[in-house]
Amino acid sequence: MSAVTCVDLCKTYRQGEVDIKALDHVSIEIDKGGFVCLSAPSGGGKTTLLNAIGGLDRPDSGEVIINGRRIDNLPKGELAELRLRQIGFVFQAFNLIPVLTARENIEFVMQVQGVPAAERRQRAVEILEEVGLAGLEDRRPADMSGGQQQRVAVARAIVSRPALVLADEPTANLDSKTADGLMELFRELNEHHNTTFVIATHDKRVMSYAKRLVRMLDGRIVDDINQDAA
Amino acid sequence: MNLVFRLAWRNLWRQPRRTWLTVGAIMFSNMLLVFMISLQFGMYGLMIDNTLQAFTGHLQIQAPGYIDDQKMRQTVDNVVPLATELRDYFDSDNIAARATAFALVSSEERSYGTAVIGTEPAFERNVSTLPGLVTQGRYLGEQDAAEIVIGAALARNLRVALGDELTLIGSGRDGSFAAAVVNIVGVFESGLVDFDRSITEIPLGFFQDVFYMDGSGHYIVINLPLIDDVPVVQEQVEALLPAGEDLVVHDWDALQPGLKQAIKADMSSAFFMYGILVILVAFSVLNTQLMSVLERTHEFGIVLSLGLTPGRLGRLVLLETAILGVLGLLFGALLGALFTYWFSVNGFSYPGMEEMTAKFNLPARFYPQVSVLSLLIGPAVVFIFTILAAVYPALRLRKLHPVEAMRAV
Repeated sequence: MSAVTCVDLCKTYRQGEVDIKALDHVSIEIDKGGFVCLSAPSGGGKTTLLNAIGGLDRPDSGEVIINGRRIDNLPKGELAELRLRQIGFVFQAFNLIPVLTARENIEFVMQVQGVPAAERRQRAVEILEEVGLAGLEDRRPADMSGGQQQRVAVARAIVSRPALVLADEPTANLDSKTADGLMELFRELNEHHNTTFVIATHDKRVMSYAKRLVRMLDGRIVDDINQDAA
Repeated sequence: MNLVFRLAWRNLWRQPRRTWLTVGAIMFSNMLLVFMISLQFGMYGLMIDNTLQAFTGHLQIQAPGYIDDQKMRQTVDNVVPLATELRDYFDSDNIAARATAFALVSSEERSYGTAVIGTEPAFERNVSTLPGLVTQGRYLGEQDAAEIVIGAALARNLRVALGDELTLIGSGRDGSFAAAVVNIVGVFESGLVDFDRSITEIPLGFFQDVFYMDGSGHYIVINLPLIDDVPVVQEQVEALLPAGEDLVVHDWDALQPGLKQAIKADMSSAFFMYGILVILVAFSVLNTQLMSVLERTHEFGIVLSLGLTPGRLGRLVLLETAILGVLGLLFGALLGALFTYWFSVNGFSYPGMEEMTAKFNLPARFYPQVSVLSLLIGPAVVFIFTILAAVYPALRLRKLHPVEAMRAV
């Protein structure tokens, strides 16, 4: 079974008087354990596709199937539940809750999932250690570097061991060394936990880590390269 | 501490000045409400107690119809034995019999019409403040007969003083001519000119002789230590009344209908003002929470994308508001209680109050009392309105779309 299947997705935005086709009959299938980069210039449709896969945005037409379940027609509440338990998100701007510490940011998602307090705490400490942030548990986002914040965001995304992690320009605000470190972490998680990664980027170094590179232009997939085979 | 509570708490202190201002508004309104309601309830209690203790009593036993049309013929037979029986049963001296007539009171120079009240001198002191208002001479004694106590205004009008004689002329119970010569033994001064001009008191036994009452009187006054006891005692008295005698027991509300109406009218206007205060506070909270929600749109977009439902986010906003409300409630109720306590020791007064309070036979200073009711009623209403004020900002979150919210700066 595929981790992600998109069938003939279309999405049009209206910007002033102009209709912009963000997704133009896009179909793609991503296997479990895949490590896929969506590459496109700005406005190419990669974030819209990522949002559609993550249930953050509904396509105008077409189907999105995650782990065998069609999600594009699910009600808001069920979509939220799906995001909470099956999908991890990593954003360009880290997007941590500023008033919570690193550990609390991670625990917060688990609390919403209903994980007991003691287990939450233990798992948060473990995952922070796994992403290389042992000892920084009690720091708030404002007291951490961009790289550290992004690692906390990754830890938050993967702490519940989701089958699918969606990352939107995760390295855009990081220097090259930190970006490499983050991609190594992604690859490690992909290899050790068989987590499926779908990363939207136009960073060539990020693309070099991908097993599969999907290029988009004007809302359409124009190239689909299996880099493992290459 | 629960993580969601911690998040709500820290969210509040992102903008400490705004949070303190909002807490301050809630606190101030709570403090004011606790104090004002304590003062108000204290004032009503005093008004009721003082008015009833002045003369009316909490309960009266009368002949049916006497309350509306006070005719000489509408009597309570054997009034003193009945009063004695009740005093024995309740083991209380706060029960006394009275009779009332209207008579022309004449001095050598002048005549005036007044109410002549026959009282039991030994017990009247326990059911009326009048004996304590005697400023010249003394109140009636048990051995007195043809003695009278009159008000200072009447004494001035009649141009009489202590020791002078007055002539009473009126109608007896049977319609016959009633007359007596009495000696002034006391002059009272209540401060209410009308009262001091229109009331005179003579011993009940002498009254019964002069007005041919044949052992009867017009009513028995019962004073109770607590107003809350009235319904129970009323039932007990009704059960004790002699069978076959046509008598009724009226409570203070029936005896002084104007008192409750005055309290109700005062309460309505006061609670209208409190309502405005509470609504102003609610708008202050609404403003704070709306701003707080709007400036966190981006952050709410993040947590929505992580899988939180708008309902959970709404509950977070309500929790933040509840914390604001509880802080305002605790500080406000505490300060209000302390403030009220200070006045309960030192008394409360304002210019012109003496004039107003005299009408209700109240002291010139009030001593408000902190009660559970006055401590809770205002803050509880403020708290409910504080939470209601957060419902709109919380409901707005339902319309939030994660992708659009994350685009907000």
